[in-house]
This record gives sequence, structure tokens and C-alpha cells, in this order.
Amino acid sequence: MLKVEHNTNVNAEFSADLLSKFADKVSRYPEKQQKSALLPILHDVQAEFGWLSVPAMDKVAAYLQIEPIEVYEVATFYTMYLLRPQGKYLLEVCRTGPCCLVGAEKIMDHLEEKLGVKEGEVTADGLFSWRGVECLAACGFGPVLQIGPEYTFYENLTPESVDQLIVDLKAKANN
Amino acid sequence: MARKLLLEHINVPGINTFDVYRSKGGYDAVDKALKTLSPDEIVEEVKKSGLRGRGGAGFPTGMKWSFLAKPEGVARYLVCNADESEPGTFKDRYLMTYIPHLLIEGMIISSFALGANVSYIYVRGEMMPQIRILEKAIAEAKNAGFLGKNILGSGYDLELYVQPGGGAYICGEETALLESLEGKRGNPRIKPPFPAIAGLYGCPTVVNNVESIAAVVPIIRDGGDEYAKLGIGRSTGTKLISAGGNLKKPGVYEIDLGLSCEEFVYSDEYCGGIANGKRLKAVVAGGSSVPILPANLFFKTANNEARLMSYESLADGGFATGTMMGSGGFIAFDEDQCIVRNTWNFTRFYHHESCGQCSPCREGTGWMEKVLHRLEHGEGRMSDMDLLVDVSKKIEGNTICPLGDAAAWPVASAIRHFRDEFEWHVTNASEATTRNYGLAHYADPLVTEI
Repeated sequence: MLKVEHNTNVNAEFSADLLSKFADKVSRYPEKQQKSALLPILHDVQAEFGWLSVPAMDKVAAYLQIEPIEVYEVATFYTMYLLRPQGKYLLEVCRTGPCCLVGAEKIMDHLEEKLGVKEGEVTADGLFSWRGVECLAACGFGPVLQIGPEYTFYENLTPESVDQLIVDLKAKANN
Repeated sequence: MARKLLLEHINVPGINTFDVYRSKGGYDAVDKALKTLSPDEIVEEVKKSGLRGRGGAGFPTGMKWSFLAKPEGVARYLVCNADESEPGTFKDRYLMTYIPHLLIEGMIISSFALGANVSYIYVRGEMMPQIRILEKAIAEAKNAGFLGKNILGSGYDLELYVQPGGGAYICGEETALLESLEGKRGNPRIKPPFPAIAGLYGCPTVVNNVESIAAVVPIIRDGGDEYAKLGIGRSTGTKLISAGGNLKKPGVYEIDLGLSCEEFVYSDEYCGGIANGKRLKAVVAGGSSVPILPANLFFKTANNEARLMSYESLADGGFATGTMMGSGGFIAFDEDQCIVRNTWNFTRFYHHESCGQCSPCREGTGWMEKVLHRLEHGEGRMSDMDLLVDVSKKIEGNTICPLGDAAAWPVASAIRHFRDEFEWHVTNASEATTRNYGLAHYADPLVTEI
């Protein structure tokens, strides 16, 4: 069950750049329909901070002139919103039927062994976490995984290509 | 070789850019529509084309458009449903990635026909790369005068925006999509009123799939009658089929509706046969929500004729021997695949994605998942199959939206066609408990030799 984490000791300062993204989103809807910008704005906030804290969600509510509960109920409904910190790279493996037909379960087992953490846990260095997600709409190219916030996509995975991906991400993190 | 209407230029380098797309005749249909046709005439062409919604339900697009209420002084909206999340279906991602201007061109023509001055493309949030591609393409189209104020001097204004979802399969249901676009949880609305009367912000709204809107471009360019010449019977035109699973050549194919199922699976022009020299055991023809079929029933209709890739032929024989075109999400299962494990996997998907609004779906999908889990893991009972059929019947038709049906059909059809395999899991429980990555222990007598 998803639940919001009431930790107020987190950074939730919205930069001018982020606020300008908010304004652009709100301009896309008719007057008094600014709540339509909620999902896009939550994506922006998550891309900035890596997850959605309660203070950040409260500030989004104030910005959109809606109640905080209206933000919480959206953030807990949709699977893309992260309600607690994850590794710097969250590897999301498609675990639905067509990907499993071509080996997605092996890839998830391999990730668990390689990273040494179970689904939903974060590696000690804070770099990685992984989870299975439902259909990513790339069934002809499975197994697949994606990494936010850009949602870069990796197709036709093998244990070897996953190993290489982890090496590359470690190198990227150290640069 | 089938005629390509949507994918004709898919391999042209740079076709994702405005200039290359324009050089191939792109946006000519917008020019024709805005300068020579009235909105009503465009609706008439779409009706003549016989185009049926390509998202899964297959409702005639022109008829859907003609239902749109047109009260004076009230905004109307066109919303493109790009929340592609049905297991097996990945055609819309392909279109948006490689030829985004085709969708934008279709949105302009369709919005003009419907009298919408603001339109949205609701893209599932996981498709952030596609969202960036569409936003770039929209900016290019706007710079060239195909969006914004007074398009091509016609006096018609249109703003087009891309809206990301948040990761919820249910938002592919049109009223859930509208709720989500309004910044809420994606809980489907009770119909009526239908979106054509009260949709986005309570205003008249049409929601169409990506492929349906893209198909409007060749329909307007060549005329509805020309489009209707392709295909077979009431299945007119071409259809994108996304093919995955154990195939030699998985991918997205544009077929003339009416192609034989056997040719689609085995010819080199399409899937090229089954991967690794295996035999075909079963297929899902139109996305995970449609009934699964053993290979022999997929290739032959109830009358023992060759089954065709068309709305009518796939449904021939009803639930007993037919399936549905659905979204065109084709999944092939080779002889090594375990039907019980796959059914459990699909049911877990529907349980996970149920919005929780209706008790039969919220509780029933979870119940079916638990029973299928124990069957797959060697703890099943012989009575479980009847229990699953009973639960599936109690979900089907008893929910606000079709997710309940979508969850029920795969289970009921799998037990109908593969009951022996479910029973094997009970009688051979110790073997069923081994983690086998989906490999079947059970040798299925229905596996087709071709």
C-alpha cells in the first residue's frame, strides 16, 4: 500500500526555473482549470528532487490553489510517483506477460543478485534500486527496462547487457 | 505487398522532422481540409471510410464524431488517447516515436472537423521520450503555421498540448483519461452522460486513439471511398498490428485487414514464424484483455475456414472459438510456454491496475490472482478451475468500465481452452513448484504443426 511519508525535514525549495515550468503547464488549460496541471507538475517536482515529499506536495497544492489531500490522492494513485527516496538510478523492469515470455523474470533475478538488494531496496552506495513494473508498451523488444527521470529505455536485455548497463551507470555517477 | 498508409515513409531518414515529413506530402491533407472541405464534409468522409476505432473497442469513428453535441458558446475538445498500456500493444509508441507529424496532422484535421480550438494528446507518463518528440514536432508545426492562430489563413485557430499521465493502465479508458486530464485519480465515470455530451471540463469531447487519428490523414488525402476499398467487409482500411512474444520477427506491421492469420504469423513479410524452431501453442490476437486461443483455433474459424485478421473473422464463433481484433496487440506463445503462469501474470496485471472503484473488479481480480498463484506454485486444488470461472463471471459485466471484462476474459478463455494444463498443475504439484521462468512441463496436444 502506498502512503505518504510525513517527514518535514527535507528540501522543498522550488527554484525560479521550476516555477517557470509550473507556469508553462498551467497556461495550457482554461481559466480555473489549473488543477489539470497537477500530474505534469508532480513529474517536474520528482525530476528535480528524485521523489515527492509531503512538504513538496503541500507547496504544489498551495501553488495550484487546491487542498493538499487532492495532491496526496493523485500521488498515491499513480505508480510513477515515488513517495520515498530511491537510489539515484531506479531500474524499472517490465514484468508483464509478453516480456516474461522472453525472459524478464531472469533479468529481475539477475538484477537482485548483481545489486545485492531486493525489489524496492536501495544499494548501500545510494546509487541503485530496482522494481518490476507493469507493461511498458514495448512488447516486441522485451525484456525492457527504463530509468527516470528521462525514462531512458533499454531493450532486448540479457544478463550481460544488464551488467554493462550497471558499469556504465556507475561510471556516469562518478563523473 | 500490402499498401502502406501510415507507415509508407517510416524508413525515410529524418521523417520525424517537419521538413522531411512535408517533403513527402505531409500536411497536404491539412491544406485540403481547411481550404476545400467543411467540418461536416470531413465527418462525412470519415464515415464513408468505415474507419473503426483502433484503440480496441472498434466503434465507427465517423459515427462517434457525429454524436458530438454542439451547443453555442461552449468549448469542444478533441483528446487523443495515447495511454498505450495494454500488454501486447506497442503500435502507438512506434508511431509517435518515428512519425510524430502524422499524429499531429491528424489532430489538426480532426480538431477542425469537431470544432475544437484546444486539443490534448494524453500520453502515458512512462513515454517521456515520446512526449519530448511530440512537443518538438508541435513546435515545428506551429512555426510553419499549421498550429496557432488563423492556420493557413483559414480563420481556424488550434492550440495542441501534450499531457503526461502518471502510470495507470485504467487511464486508457476514455472517462478515466478525462478525469486524469483534469488532475484527478483515474477513476472511470458512469456513462451516460457520454463524453460527446459532457467530457473534459463538462464540455462535449471526443476521445480517439493515436492510430485512429493518424488514419484520418490518408482518409482526407485520398477520400473516404478510397480508404474503404482496402480491407474486407466492415473491416476497412489498414491496421497496425504490434507483434510480440516468441516470434522470429516481432515488431509493428501495417496489414490490409483481411490478411490470413496464417500468412501473418508465418510469412517473411510479417512475423516470419516462431522463434528458435519451436511450434506455436497459443496466441492472444488483440491485446491481453481478449480471449486467448489455441493455435489451431486461431488459424481456423468455427466453419473450418481460414481465419482472417479482421474484426469479424477474429470474433467468428463467439467466445467458444473466436477472439477479438482489440487493439491489434498480437502475442505468440511457443510450445514451451506455461499457460497457467501466463494467466497468473495477466491477472496480476489487472489486479494491480484495477482502480478499486467497483467491488467486483477490486476484489475479484485479487481473488483470481491468489487462486492462480497457488495453482502455478503447486498448491492448487481441482476445484480451483470452477472457482476461477465462477469469479470471472461475477466480474464480467458488473463494473463501471470494461477493465472488469478485460480481467475476466483471459482467465475464462484460458480455462476453457487449456483446462487440461490447469489440472496438470494440480496433479503434478511438485513439478509445478519449481521456478521455471514460464517453461511448460505439460506437453500440450493442441500445439500446431505448420
